[in-house]
Amino acid sequence: MIRIFSGNEAVARGAWEAGVVVASAYPGTPSTEILEEFARYPGVYAEWATNEKVAVDVAIGAAYAGRRAFASMKHVGLNVAADAFMYASMTGMEAGLVIITADDPGMHSSQNEQDNRTFAKFARVPCLEPSDSQEAKTMMVAAFELSERFDTPVLLRLTTRICHSASAVELGERVEPPVKQTRFPRNPAKYVMVPGNARPRHPIIEQRQAAVAEFAETCVHNRIEPGDTRLGIITSGIAYQYAREVFPKAALLKLGMTWPLPERLIRQFAASVERLIVIEELDPFIEEAVRLLGIPVEGKRIFPLVGELDQRTVRECAISAGLLPESARVPVLAIDTDPLPARPPVLCPGCPHRGVFYVLGKLKVPVLGDIGCYSLGFVPPLSAMHTLGCMGAGIAVAHGAAKAGNPEHHIAVIGDSTFFHTGLPALVNVVYNQSPIVTVIMDNRVTGMTGHQDNPGTGRTLQGKAAPAIEIEPVVRALGIQHARTVAAYDVDEIEQTLKAFMQLDQPSVLITREPCALLPEARAHWHALEVNSEICNGCRLCLRLGCPAILKSDELDGRYGRPKALIDATLCTGCEVCAQVCPREAITERETGNG
Amino acid sequence: MQDTLNFLLAGIGGQGTILASDVLVNVGLAAGYQAKQAEVHGMSQRGGSVISHVRWGQAIRSPLIGAGEVDVYLAFEKVEALRNLNQLRRGALAVINIHAIAPVTVTSGIQSYPDDDRLRATVSQVTDRVAYVDGPGIAAALGNIRTENVVLLGALSALMEREGLIGSELLPDEWIVQITARVPGRYAAVNRRAFEAGRGAIASL
Repeated sequence: MIRIFSGNEAVARGAWEAGVVVASAYPGTPSTEILEEFARYPGVYAEWATNEKVAVDVAIGAAYAGRRAFASMKHVGLNVAADAFMYASMTGMEAGLVIITADDPGMHSSQNEQDNRTFAKFARVPCLEPSDSQEAKTMMVAAFELSERFDTPVLLRLTTRICHSASAVELGERVEPPVKQTRFPRNPAKYVMVPGNARPRHPIIEQRQAAVAEFAETCVHNRIEPGDTRLGIITSGIAYQYAREVFPKAALLKLGMTWPLPERLIRQFAASVERLIVIEELDPFIEEAVRLLGIPVEGKRIFPLVGELDQRTVRECAISAGLLPESARVPVLAIDTDPLPARPPVLCPGCPHRGVFYVLGKLKVPVLGDIGCYSLGFVPPLSAMHTLGCMGAGIAVAHGAAKAGNPEHHIAVIGDSTFFHTGLPALVNVVYNQSPIVTVIMDNRVTGMTGHQDNPGTGRTLQGKAAPAIEIEPVVRALGIQHARTVAAYDVDEIEQTLKAFMQLDQPSVLITREPCALLPEARAHWHALEVNSEICNGCRLCLRLGCPAILKSDELDGRYGRPKALIDATLCTGCEVCAQVCPREAITERETGNG
Repeated sequence: MQDTLNFLLAGIGGQGTILASDVLVNVGLAAGYQAKQAEVHGMSQRGGSVISHVRWGQAIRSPLIGAGEVDVYLAFEKVEALRNLNQLRRGALAVINIHAIAPVTVTSGIQSYPDDDRLRATVSQVTDRVAYVDGPGIAAALGNIRTENVVLLGALSALMEREGLIGSELLPDEWIVQITARVPGRYAAVNRRAFEAGRGAIASL
C-alpha cells in the first residue's frame, strides 16, 4: 500500500516495521511528530523523557536488555544527549539502537543550525541521511540492521525539509526481530566503562569504524547514478533532490551513508568525471573528507555554507560558477508589494505568560530567559527578556551574573517542562551556592511551544496513561528554597507584589505562576470575551502595551485627547482579564455584566 | 496536464491550509502523478504566516517550489496573498480568498492593512487568471466558518478545470473522497456542500 507520509511519519513507520519495542524522546521541532506517530502503533512503548540525555539513556537501557530501541530529538537535543551518545558508541548494545537527530538548516525554529553529521564522526558512529519519506522509512529499518551487524549505535540524520515534507511511501509489515536474550547482560568488560575496561574498547571501536567503512563501499544506500561525466556531483540528504532538479543529467554519487565514507567508491567516481563538486547543506562535511583523499573538489566555494538550500539557490550558485549557462536562470517577478504589515509570532490571546512579562517590563530588571512559548516575552511591546541561549540556561546565567557583582536584581524565567528538562540542576546550584536571584517558573501545565505534549507535571503520559503529576512548589521547597510562592498567572497585582518582595531578599526565591495554556481544551471551555466601555476609555494605550492580539485600536477617538480608544475583538478574547487589571480607569469589563 | 504543476498555499495558522495541502497532495497521487508536499510552519501556531508547497508531476524531485515557478496559487488571506506574489510564474492561476486577518502590527496601529483596490491592482500585474472568492461568506452561509478551506479547494478544482490545467482524469468526486477522509464523520456532509459551493462560486464568475 502506498501512502503520502511526512518524513517524521515515515521514520515512525520504519521503526514500527523494524520491530522497535521502546522509544523515548523530548519534544523539539522538527522532530516531535516522530514519537507522537510511533506511540500510536500497537505493541510499542513510547515515552516523553524529561530531556534528551535521559531519552538516549532509556533507549540504551532497552537495547542493552536486548530489544530494538530509538531516541529522537532536534539537533540541539543531541548536545544535551552527547554524553550518553558517546558512551553508547563505546559499549555497543545487545540489540539495535538508533539515535535520530532532526537538524534545522535555516533555523526555522532553533537557536543555531549545527550540522550533526559531525557528531557521527566524533563518536565513530555510522550516519544515514534520507532524501525523501520513502528513504526515511527504508533507512530507519536499515539502521537497525546496521546497528546489530556492527554492534554500534546508528545516527539517522534528518533535516526540517525531510521531517516536514511529505511524499509517497510503500508500507510494509512489522517484523519482530528475535529476542537475543531474556536476562540483562552481566558483561562488565563491555558495559562498565571504567578506564581499565574503556581502554581495550577504544581500538575495538576504531576497528568497527573501519569495518563499517568497508561495508559503505557496497552499501545499497551509496550509489553512482551514471550520466554526463563532464560534471560529477557528490550529494546527500535533501540536497540530492535539489541537485537532481538543477542537474538532471549529470553523473552523480548519492551518499545515503555519510559517515564513514566509502573511499574507493569516491575515488572511482571522481576518476570518472571531469569536474567534481559536492552539493551539501550546511557544513563542508563530505567536501573536506574528499579533499583529505587528495581529490580536487569544489563545494562551499560555489554553494552557501549558511542556511537552507533549495533548487533556486543551487541553480543560481551553479550559474555564477559557470556550471550552467545564463539561459538556465529562472526569471523571478519583482512586483512592488511593499510595505506589507509584518505578522510576527506573538503570545496568544489569553496566554498566561503575558501578565508576568508585563510586570517584569515594568520593573525594568534584567530577565534571563529560556526556550518555550515564553521566549516570545522578548517581542515588543513587552520587550521583557534579555538573554536566551538553550534549554535550562536562564537560571544559571542569572546566578553567574549575580555572582559577578552586578548590583541589579536578576530574574530567571523558565517554563514547567523546561524546569524538569534542565532547570532542576541549575536551581540546585543556586541553592547550594546561594545567590539572591528570583526564578519565575511559568507553569502553563503543558509543553506548549511544540504543540501541547504531556510532561512530568501534567499527570498523563505520551500513551495516555495516568501518571503522578509532579508539583513544582514542593519540589522547590525540598531543594532548600525558603521563599517560594505559587500565584495565579492572571493575577497581575499579586505577581508584582511577590516579585517586589522577593527582590528585597538576600536569598534565592522562586515564584511559580500557574495557569493552563489558554489553548488547552479545559481552558477553552471557560473562554469569555471582555468588552471596552468606550465611555470610560480615554485612549491611554496602556492595555496595548500587553501586545495582546485581541486588543485593537478603535476608530473612535477620545474627545479630550483625540486618541483612538481601545476595542476588544470578541472572537479572539479569552477573558483572562490581564488587560482589565492593567487599565487604570477600569474601562474593561465582562461582556455580560457591563461596566461594574 | 503539463509535466509539472506547482501549487503554493499561503495563509495564517488555524485557517486550515495544512488540511488543504494534505488533500491536494493526495488528490495528485490518486490522479496518478508523483506528488510531494512541504509545510513551512515554524512558529505559526502563534499567529504567523503559513506556507505550503504541493507539487504534482511525472517525476518530482524537490518538495519545494523554486521562486518564480508557482503555477497555481491558493491564498487564504489578503495580505498573505500579496506577501508571496513574487513566487508566481507570470500568468499563474490564482484563487484569492477575500478574508482579512489583521496582524498585531495593524491592530496596534503600527502598520496599515492594504485595501482591496491595492490588492487587485497588484495581483493584476502578475496574472489575469485570478478568481476572488468570498470564502468566509460562503462558509458562514453553510453554517460552519471552519469549512472556508474546503470552499477554496472547490473553487480551485473548478478553476483548474475551466482553465484546462486538469482534464477528465480528475473528477470532483476524487477531491471529495480526500476531503471527507480528513474530517470527522459528522462534518462530512457540510464539507461536501462547502466543496460544491466553492465550485459554484467559480461557475458564477
